[in-house]
Amino acid sequence: MIELLSETRCTACNVCVKACPANVFEAVPGGVPVIARQGDCQTCFLCEIYCPVDALYVAVDPEHVTGITESAVVEAGLFGSYARALGWKKGREGGADSDPTHRLRQASLTAMPTGPRSTAP
Amino acid sequence: MAAIIQLQSDVLVIGGGPAACWASLAAREAGCSVVLVDKGYVGTSGATAPSNTGTWFATTPERRARLIAEREKSAEGLADLRQMGRVIDTATQHLHVLAERGYRFPRDDDGELYIANLRGPDYMRFLRQQLVRAGVIVRDHHPALELLVAGEVVAGAAGVARQLGQNWQARAGAVVLATGGCAFGSRILGATGLTGDGQLMAAELGASLSGMEFSNQYGIVPLHSSVNKGLPYFWASFYRADGSAIDIPPGQRFPVLARESLEGPISARLDRASGAVPEALRRGQPNCFLPFERAGIDPFEELFPIALRSEGTVRGTGGLKRGDDDCGVGIPGLFAAGDTLERQDIAGAATGGGGPNASWAVATGVWSGKGAAAFAQRLGSRAAERSVRPAGQAGLRPAASSRAIDPAEAVALVREEMLPVDRHFFRSAPRLAGSLTRLDTAWEAIRDHAQGDGVAALRLREAAALLASSRWACRAAQARTETRGMHRRLDAPESQPAQARRLTIAGIDQPVLSFDSLPLEAAAS
Ligand SMILES: Cc1cc2nc3c(=O)[nH]c(=O)nc-3n(C[C@H](O)[C@H](O)[C@H](O)COP(=O)(O)OP(=O)(O)OC[C@H]3O[C@@H](n4cnc5c(N)ncnc54)[C@H](O)[C@@H]3O)c2cc1C
Ligand code: SF4
Ligand code: SF4
Repeated sequence: MIELLSETRCTACNVCVKACPANVFEAVPGGVPVIARQGDCQTCFLCEIYCPVDALYVAVDPEHVTGITESAVVEAGLFGSYARALGWKKGREGGADSDPTHRLRQASLTAMPTGPRSTAP
Repeated sequence: MAAIIQLQSDVLVIGGGPAACWASLAAREAGCSVVLVDKGYVGTSGATAPSNTGTWFATTPERRARLIAEREKSAEGLADLRQMGRVIDTATQHLHVLAERGYRFPRDDDGELYIANLRGPDYMRFLRQQLVRAGVIVRDHHPALELLVAGEVVAGAAGVARQLGQNWQARAGAVVLATGGCAFGSRILGATGLTGDGQLMAAELGASLSGMEFSNQYGIVPLHSSVNKGLPYFWASFYRADGSAIDIPPGQRFPVLARESLEGPISARLDRASGAVPEALRRGQPNCFLPFERAGIDPFEELFPIALRSEGTVRGTGGLKRGDDDCGVGIPGLFAAGDTLERQDIAGAATGGGGPNASWAVATGVWSGKGAAAFAQRLGSRAAERSVRPAGQAGLRPAASSRAIDPAEAVALVREEMLPVDRHFFRSAPRLAGSLTRLDTAWEAIRDHAQGDGVAALRLREAAALLASSRWACRAAQARTETRGMHRRLDAPESQPAQARRLTIAGIDQPVLSFDSLPLEAAAS
């Protein structure tokens, strides 16, 4: 679930309010948005990559709040980590053209003649 | 509530995933004005956006024939070979359209464009940009609650603009439902909004459904996560709590893991990945690695606990029954696309995941958009002159006296009855009957008493839709007294040749079920 909106990083652009498909955030006049409906979060991680300044952190557990702190996320280098892995920057898309998934499909066809085959990737 | 927002167009598209986007673009290209209303935000909502989807395409006749033959086999007698070919051809053509318009597909090591995979966030953002460029009016956070009809003809929809605190009403010459599948409240990627709303809205007007017994596909997730991407597990081995390896005969991964998961905790490790694979997995499927990165686990070296999580009809195949090649659903003016439709045509009793579903969303999106455009154009300016009435029932217009109903209770019930492995991965008559008793009671309460406005109405309608899909799924699972594909009956473990037919359901309150009369092999040839 979404757990952190860093008030120090956030520029109150309200992109997350608009882009969250589950309508989790609420804009606050004159301030940064709040996580108003945390329980509605579908743990899709997409607000993280839409945020232009990497101010959001989504914990992996979709059912329970973990209570992770901002300093722990900073220490682990996790703010913006999904965006970096994809190649998105400042809330803008990028990196699809260097996706190496073709190597996986190739490997799955050639390198593993035995063993169970994936049926639902 | 403030004044009602009034929208008007030739074609109204309800939904915001790939099917809705392709339908909107096709209707626009046919010369129609188009309004698209989405429950979420076009670009992030739906099952595709947070995922990566493989595609189903063929650039040679040999590959096309091979794809069809593979899926015909796993479909166990329920597929339609002609539709498979149509889907592959239309999707292949439109994947190339994507490339022409600037979607940045990667190139493989031979320099060929690699259209076999779509990166969800990039693909959906690109489609949004295409909508804007084409002049489609996009309304985010505008969930539809009900259809509007003029006599017997669908003439629009109404809903709530949840960030504006207003209701909306959209009049149109034709409507496309592309609201996705039903995930029964399962916490998988992209599924919160997938409550089967379109199926309920269409059924309220008399549309029927098919394949609802195939609503129980399960995927692997790292325990306590939402990430149900299957690709990495191709390179996984699976283990019991005592560390012993689970032996998995070819093609038996899911039944074996499901059985083991009922015995005790199970784990996985991606220890079959070697060479270039780990790096390609990390870079190519970054969403799969979020659970590991965030828990500080190296999945290639360490065991991690996993679970099987229901994917409902999103990776199952049940949904609205397609009436014709334009994806009409038997109600004048109403069309459907993507996961809202049943997908037995391409997948039969097996999952349509792994490519067919993504291509189905493209192809049926295009067909329904064209079909809706043609319908609206035949009506012309008469469309706007019709007087309309709203058609929604449960959650909006109680059959008896209105009283407070908590939609969260209904959602919790649906999750309890529909998600557990020992209820729906493995089914049996007594459990299905027990579930139905409880689901029927909850349905009756919503139908008779629930009434809401604004966001409260949205929650009640979602609960009603979840209950409707659950009841169809359980009844279809009861009626199919055999095992076929993902539908596994512990009390009827064999397939019955006489049931190699599709199962149609009509009606919401007292659903009527019947096996289609023609064996599909004959119908398909
Ligand atoms: C993790 C995962 C991986 C997948 N991988 C693959 C794959 O590799 N290959 C493959 O072929 N398929 C795959 N699939 C399936 C594929 O994602 C779906 O088939 C596809 O997204 C269907 O598109 P759609 O547009 O019909 O529905 P969706 O993309 O689910 O979109 C439904 C839309 O309807 C909107 N909506 C819902 N209710 C309402 C309402 N009342 N009013 C307005 N809007 C509403 C939602 O907000 C959403 O925008 C995968 C699915 C998942 C979850
Ligand atoms: S998108 Fe990021 S910067 Fe913008 S309001 Fe949300 S958290 Fe703040
Ligand atoms: S993870 Fe997804 S659902 Fe949750 S807050 Fe972020 S965008 Fe919204």
